[in-house]
Amino acid sequence: MTEAGAIADHQPPEIDESRRKFLTVATGATAGVGVVLAAVPFAASWAPSERAKALGAPVEVDLSKLQVGQMITPTWRLQPIYIVRRDPSMVDKLAQHDAQLKDPKSQNSVQPDYARNEMRARRADLLVLVGICTHLGCLPKQFFDAGDPVLGADWPGGFRCPCHGSRFDLAGRVFNGSPASTNLVVPPYTLRSQNTLVIGADDAAKQGAA
Amino acid sequence: MAKFASLVLILLGAPLALAASEPAATQPAATQPAAAGAEARAPVRWETWRAGNSVADNESLQRGARNFMNYCIGCHSLKYMRYQRMADDMQIPTAVLTANLVAPGSTNLDYITTSMPAEDAANWFGKTPPDLSLIARSRSVDYLYRFLKTFYSDPSSATLSDNLAYPTTAMPAVLSDLEGVKAAVYRQVKSSAAAGAPMENVFDHFETISPGNLTPDQFDGFVRDTVNFLDYVGDPAQVERRSIGLWVVLFLLLLSALALMLKKEYWKDVH
Amino acid sequence: MAPETAGKPGNRAASAAGLWGWINRRLPVEAFLRASAADYYAPKNFNVWYFFGSLALMVLVMQLVTGIFLTMFYKVGAATSFDSVEFIMREVPYGWLLRYLHSAGASAFFLVVYLHMYRALLYGSYKAPRELLWLFGMFIYLALMAEAFLGYVLPWGNMSFWAATVIVNLFGTIPVIGPGLVEWIRGDYGIADATLNRFFSLHVAAVPLVLLLLVALHLVALHEVGSNNPDGIEIYDKKDARGRPLDGIPFHPYYTVKDIFGVCAFLTLFAIVVFFVPTLGDLFMEKANFEPANPLSTPDPISPSWYFTPYYAILRAVPDQRIGALLMLLAVVSFFFLPWLDRSPVKSMRYRGWISKSFLGAFTISFLVLMYLGMQPAQEPYVTMARVFAIPYFAYFWLMPFYSRIDPVKPVPERVTFHG
Repeated sequence: MTEAGAIADHQPPEIDESRRKFLTVATGATAGVGVVLAAVPFAASWAPSERAKALGAPVEVDLSKLQVGQMITPTWRLQPIYIVRRDPSMVDKLAQHDAQLKDPKSQNSVQPDYARNEMRARRADLLVLVGICTHLGCLPKQFFDAGDPVLGADWPGGFRCPCHGSRFDLAGRVFNGSPASTNLVVPPYTLRSQNTLVIGADDAAKQGAA
Repeated sequence: MAKFASLVLILLGAPLALAASEPAATQPAATQPAAAGAEARAPVRWETWRAGNSVADNESLQRGARNFMNYCIGCHSLKYMRYQRMADDMQIPTAVLTANLVAPGSTNLDYITTSMPAEDAANWFGKTPPDLSLIARSRSVDYLYRFLKTFYSDPSSATLSDNLAYPTTAMPAVLSDLEGVKAAVYRQVKSSAAAGAPMENVFDHFETISPGNLTPDQFDGFVRDTVNFLDYVGDPAQVERRSIGLWVVLFLLLLSALALMLKKEYWKDVH
Repeated sequence: MAPETAGKPGNRAASAAGLWGWINRRLPVEAFLRASAADYYAPKNFNVWYFFGSLALMVLVMQLVTGIFLTMFYKVGAATSFDSVEFIMREVPYGWLLRYLHSAGASAFFLVVYLHMYRALLYGSYKAPRELLWLFGMFIYLALMAEAFLGYVLPWGNMSFWAATVIVNLFGTIPVIGPGLVEWIRGDYGIADATLNRFFSLHVAAVPLVLLLLVALHLVALHEVGSNNPDGIEIYDKKDARGRPLDGIPFHPYYTVKDIFGVCAFLTLFAIVVFFVPTLGDLFMEKANFEPANPLSTPDPISPSWYFTPYYAILRAVPDQRIGALLMLLAVVSFFFLPWLDRSPVKSMRYRGWISKSFLGAFTISFLVLMYLGMQPAQEPYVTMARVFAIPYFAYFWLMPFYSRIDPVKPVPERVTFHG
């Protein structure tokens, strides 16, 4: 039992090295899986809380007081939402400057399928955009007047970002020469009635379950 | 090394036995007091009643939620609980939730609040009715079950009723239209074994004064569902917790077995 | 190449190729690991009592990690603390798990530390040359008590509030400065927002730093003197031709694989508690703490967490406030003097006589009974019982200089033994 020096060399002849190796790898691998699984709840705890999700639920916006050619900026999920009631002349211009745009057909930009069109909207007169520059997150300012003295005679009207000068048209499409490379994002939205907009829901029936 | 294994088994056994006796575990309901009028009954030992609820029973939770919204929310809030979270956990469709359960003036994403202003409540009852989010944890489900089932008529009280589990409670017997009105019947017992000790009143049983809309069995189910709902609200993650826990424990048992084999393999060197 | 080949003798990894060699020529990682694991010899006859040191280290790490995550969601403040804990329990994804791991972890910490300390009483591990090792351990225990108390206040439940009230008022028993000291600790005329805020800072920063430093010192001291063992024999007294202890085995791999098994088995039990009985009746979380702090209503009955109740029972057993507080303090501090109170020529209880064994046995029973008594209401017969059981508790320590000398010890074997 206390035989002197029995373990001095730790290598008695009958050691099964392959079993030892197998058990080491099996235990190590299982423990590794365990550590990864144990990390899941810790990582998951950083995801938006139930409260944040509830606060991020769809918001309803009343458009009855929104004048033609005007913009309002409610917020949804901590982001300003630009809502513009475009007048017919604004809409007409949208078809005339495709050559100056990086992504005129919105192939590489983010929008719901129902806004992947020239108007980037469900309804031609109503523009709904996430008012955050796709370059580095500043808020583009409105320059709706065509030929604005700051932006030049050929300016068709749109938005310009104060941080790095990205320019967007009145469908949120980015102009050539801007640091931003994709169009402004269109959030999911739906029209519950002529003048009731719901931001954050693709479908009025699902409004509650965001 | 066998002794490690047996130690583990012993230690494993104790918490499992505890787990089995947790209030949330399903237990048969305590036997109820015999119907009024029976001869030579044994005294009703309401102190030993158990709620016997199960938070895994969604239908019971749904009934409990309905009971709460019909009878409790007038005075009591559940300020840490959201309607939608509750509906998701109990598998209540959103349409049903908004149509039947959400209080007027609230949306499905709101916390469950009461419309009664706190000052009015304090004036009417002498104290503000407490928020019930954690009542099942700060008291116990058995206490709540006993409380809701031991209201009795007491004309001398401001609320015209009193309670065995919580004497002099400020809460009126709000469920009496369901349960009926009952009186507490006492028996005289000597307060101690000493000769000449004074007699004192000890509760013996209830006597029905007027029946309610529910049979005693139905009312018992009503209370159990309501208590079950409050148990859920006290710790809404508990069902998920237990189901995850089973897998965690099984995984750790596997890992322990592997680690034990590894240890034994290396310790073949040691004599 | 010249500077690259530099490296102190003995740093074998310094000549290794690749990144491992590059690092080891600059930082002796491998040399350190080798010295503290593969070349560190531990007695080969450790029994189940020797799991609790590594378990305590594991629980410490777990408490740090869960604590760091809880701090991300907890909002300190009398108006926000209680709500934010419920926010964690209900709205943070897996927040309930973080919180239960941390709260049950506090109890687990004390459980393994008490068993770890008891091992030292059984085998005389506090005796020379391990006095400093023991003292560092005792300071860890003190820091742990402070940490647990401070953490208990943070949820701002009604037990939190009244625990803070009672414990802080203990300082009021100090003559002259007591009342002023209490006010200074509270930062207000009662336990208040200011108290909570400073307790939070102490709980998440100051005390953990002290704990980590003490644990490091504890480990350095351990590796200097080497582990004791159930036979209480110094294994370095008997070495082979190459200077390795005959009764020692390298910590790595033998005790690393053994401790890994210990950690797994412990975690299995711990998971059963956390997932199935996180409050363990009322032991790990009291019912009254699910009510918000209420300065106008003391919970009845009120008792501290189970790991403090032996001392609490002693405090209550004395009908004088100041003497009660002093005796409670003495009950804790007595442990510090063990290395010098114990005059036995033998370390392990295995070779001590019936006198030492009886005193330790009586101490063990009295500690557990006092623990039970501290959880009972402050009434008879519990108070009298606490007085009775406080006697063997103190006798174990303060009669030790006498009984340990006259104890009929048995001869200690030359070499370690394995007991079934």
